[in-house]
Amino acid sequence: MRFEHWLYSLPLRLHCLFRPHQLDQEMKEELRQHLEQQIQENVGRGMSPQEARRSAVLAMGGIMQIEQQCRDVRGGGVLQDFVQDLRYGLRQLARSPGFSALAVLCLTLGVGANAAVFSWVEGILFRPYPLVRHQPRLFAVAATVQGESSPDELSWPDFLDLRRNCTLCEDSFVNSITGSTLNVGDHAEVTTGSIVSANYFDAIGVHPILGHGFEAGDDVGNNSHPVVVVSYQFWRNRLKGDPQVIGKTQRLNNVPHTIIGVTPEGFYGTFVGRAMQFWVPVSMEGNFRRGGYTLEDRGARWVESYVRLKPGVSRAQAQQQISAIAARLQNDYPATNRGRGIGLWALWQTPFNHAGELLPTLEVMVAVVAFVLLIACANVGNLLLVRSFHRGHEMSVRLAIGANRGRLLRQLLTEGLILSALGTAGGFLMAYWCRHLLVMLLPVRGGTALYLPGAIDARVMGLGAGICLLVTMMVGLVPAFQTRNLDVAGSLKGVSVGVVGARERAWLRSGLVMFQICLSFILLVAGALLLESLQRIRTTRTGFSSTSVAVTGVSVVAAGYDVPRAKTFQNELVDRLIGLPGIESAAFGAVTPLGYASFPSSPIAVDGYQPSPDEQTEVEYNQVGPGYLATLGIGLLSGREFARSDDENAPLVAIVNRAMMMRYWGGQDPIGHRLQLNGRWLRVVGVAADSKYESMGETPKPFFYVPLRQDFVRQPDLYLRTTQPLQSTTAAVLREVHALDRNLALYEMITLQEQVDRATSPQLVAVTLVSTLGGLALLLAAVGLYGVMSYAVAQSKRELGLRMALGADAANLLRLVISRGLRLTAGGVAFGTVTALAVTRLLGRLLYNVSPYDPAIFSVALALMATTAMFACLLPAWRASRTDPARVLRD
Amino acid sequence: MSKPSDLVQGTQDMLILKILALQPLNVWAVSQRLKQISSDVLGVSDGSLYPALHKLEQRGWITAQWKASENNRRAKFYSLTRLGRKQLENETANWNRVSAAISGVVMLEEV
Repeated sequence: MRFEHWLYSLPLRLHCLFRPHQLDQEMKEELRQHLEQQIQENVGRGMSPQEARRSAVLAMGGIMQIEQQCRDVRGGGVLQDFVQDLRYGLRQLARSPGFSALAVLCLTLGVGANAAVFSWVEGILFRPYPLVRHQPRLFAVAATVQGESSPDELSWPDFLDLRRNCTLCEDSFVNSITGSTLNVGDHAEVTTGSIVSANYFDAIGVHPILGHGFEAGDDVGNNSHPVVVVSYQFWRNRLKGDPQVIGKTQRLNNVPHTIIGVTPEGFYGTFVGRAMQFWVPVSMEGNFRRGGYTLEDRGARWVESYVRLKPGVSRAQAQQQISAIAARLQNDYPATNRGRGIGLWALWQTPFNHAGELLPTLEVMVAVVAFVLLIACANVGNLLLVRSFHRGHEMSVRLAIGANRGRLLRQLLTEGLILSALGTAGGFLMAYWCRHLLVMLLPVRGGTALYLPGAIDARVMGLGAGICLLVTMMVGLVPAFQTRNLDVAGSLKGVSVGVVGARERAWLRSGLVMFQICLSFILLVAGALLLESLQRIRTTRTGFSSTSVAVTGVSVVAAGYDVPRAKTFQNELVDRLIGLPGIESAAFGAVTPLGYASFPSSPIAVDGYQPSPDEQTEVEYNQVGPGYLATLGIGLLSGREFARSDDENAPLVAIVNRAMMMRYWGGQDPIGHRLQLNGRWLRVVGVAADSKYESMGETPKPFFYVPLRQDFVRQPDLYLRTTQPLQSTTAAVLREVHALDRNLALYEMITLQEQVDRATSPQLVAVTLVSTLGGLALLLAAVGLYGVMSYAVAQSKRELGLRMALGADAANLLRLVISRGLRLTAGGVAFGTVTALAVTRLLGRLLYNVSPYDPAIFSVALALMATTAMFACLLPAWRASRTDPARVLRD
Repeated sequence: MSKPSDLVQGTQDMLILKILALQPLNVWAVSQRLKQISSDVLGVSDGSLYPALHKLEQRGWITAQWKASENNRRAKFYSLTRLGRKQLENETANWNRVSAAISGVVMLEEV
């Protein structure tokens, strides 16, 4: 019935909407014909023509009234009113372009910031892996270690046991990130790839566009299946899109691999933050990881894995089963698995990629952009409000000639809708431009492709539309609220007497301004806290000298060096480098502090130290060459550094740090004592000062060093203490490397300070974002305050003139206006302080060594706010002080 | 002409629908037919027909088309839609019920 109704009446309604004049014409024509026919009939009955016309018109009863009645019946449709309001609203906006531009700009910033941040959040939280099927049922799997807060990887045998026994899992697969070296001229370049289980591509439902994925047997053996699937990007850029590429050979870490497949465009692997370039089966793992062949070693933990649960299985159910499996493993293999559980993580909490790293920053950003949106809305509401006072007369006239309030309300809402629709459109444009900026949040790590897209998809659009509606309601209803107590009679008489601070009319605007000041004050505090914490984090003692030490690497693995050759090369290179002018010392070390690679770690035993039953004695260590501590400037508290003589033939030795000495030897000098690592006993020969190892925020933790030659890695990083600039150092080092072997290449050379900066870049980005947005908020609040004060001054000219006539001087009026503005500010700041005290806690994880309630920070924010408010009030106050009493009172 | 009672005014829509159900007509013809059938008793003024017709059109009960009339001039002819026909049935049934009830009451008084 309803549908039929529309079917028949829709054409007419559309007609009404778009061609009202034609309908009017038709109606007039109809009436005219009607009259004529009546007249003819009257004449036929024997009336005179005049009489006939008169009688006909009388019978009709007033042409004009009929026409109007018809229009009334026709009109009144909601849609038609809306179109009318739309036209009227657009005309209104065009009449004051400055106001409109300002309002739309405010909303664009608010909506744009929100849409951009949401598109980033969405990219990480909801849709991290393009083209991968059934992501909601996908979970990351990692080991939990008793007494440790951060999860660890699994070993391959553990993973196989999990896969065999997990009946609730539909599929389990391995995807461990790895790098491979490709030589490009003199420089070595690292490409990012994944070591995956053979079922990987089938499990995620991605099928190569050329060739095929891995086969079941590719998982098994030691370096037995040198095959590789390459990414679309890699195929396009490096392999020139060769359609005959399948079956050709690609060298990875100097081992020839047969290319068996090319993935589809738009597939970037399953690792948040990186675009994978190649995939190799786990059987090739020994070639890509430092540890060598470990597929049968339950203690070698490098497997980053995922499971997809069967439909209808909850995470809790699966976790229960997996925990049972882990318990069985603990029981069966106590030597390696004691105290180790296995946990499931939602994709956005995946412990081994960048998702977790970004979360705190994203959380803060979501809050901050919401604030900015609120401030923008308050500002636009305020602008509309001020304008609605100017339009008070118009509204009164409309009410007086019979518009009902509902109709006025609708019109105001329509105007709000126009503004917010424009703002939303602008916001989307802004978000579209910003969609790839998320990459900024990640520390740069030389050479590897970062991939963190935001996409403007249906969900982001939906959010935008939601915001648009919300904003419409907020900004449209503010002036509508004011029409409620519109004084028709007074307004029509043209009486408008304002007094500075007249409460009943100004409370709404004042409230809005206070709200803005409150919000921007919170942002200021947050910005200042983050800035201070960045300052502290960057000036924190790292425990090593960062500016005068350069770090790089030489691509000996890619060049095919075996262990003996690598040992000779390391000695020869250090000898050559130390002789160079400007280079004070040079040393090798396996893992760079604050870098991406993690330190090896292992359970240790110490002579005379009895761990409690559940205590984890896993300690991280580093393999370093002679002179490492001196080169990095790490203090030696007692004993000696490693020397050339600490080689594979010498007794095993170690240097422990201060924290380790405190924990395992109770602060006694440990020199000469022994510790056990991987079943071998090491004698302590020195104690080093504590330094930062993995992050700037960490507290001193036990750590030790072993000689590189006694726990060898072929390709450690190279450190140089130098007084020369990086460029000349790079050239000099490259010359020496080439003197030894033309085939070697040098990795990017950076200072350790750069390493520190990269490690703290999330904080830097948070600071940048929050202070930019905080500044924006401050500006918006200042504009709001300025608007309210100038309006108040303009409205109360009479009062100001009167005061002047009664003897107030310019300074008095100046003070009057400024004090009123500052009162508003004080109110806003008071609310802001209370709220800030409650919410700055949420910055927690981003703050370093700064209390979220730091009074100094609050004072700085207060001073900034007060100064800004002062400036915002200055111009209106100055205008007030220039009031000419004679002219104002005469008007 | 006496003023039509409220009851009759309420049924104007039904009368128009009934007349248009017989054949499509223009407004003048509707007014003529109305006078003819009801022998001028109802006294519907020509003027009030226009808003009434517009209202019916708006509701989708009738549609209008410009067609050539008998004397070969273009005129706007109104005809019933399917929806209008249903509406007419409803109203007629209603009317029958109400008028039966009323005449029942009127009869009662006379006994």
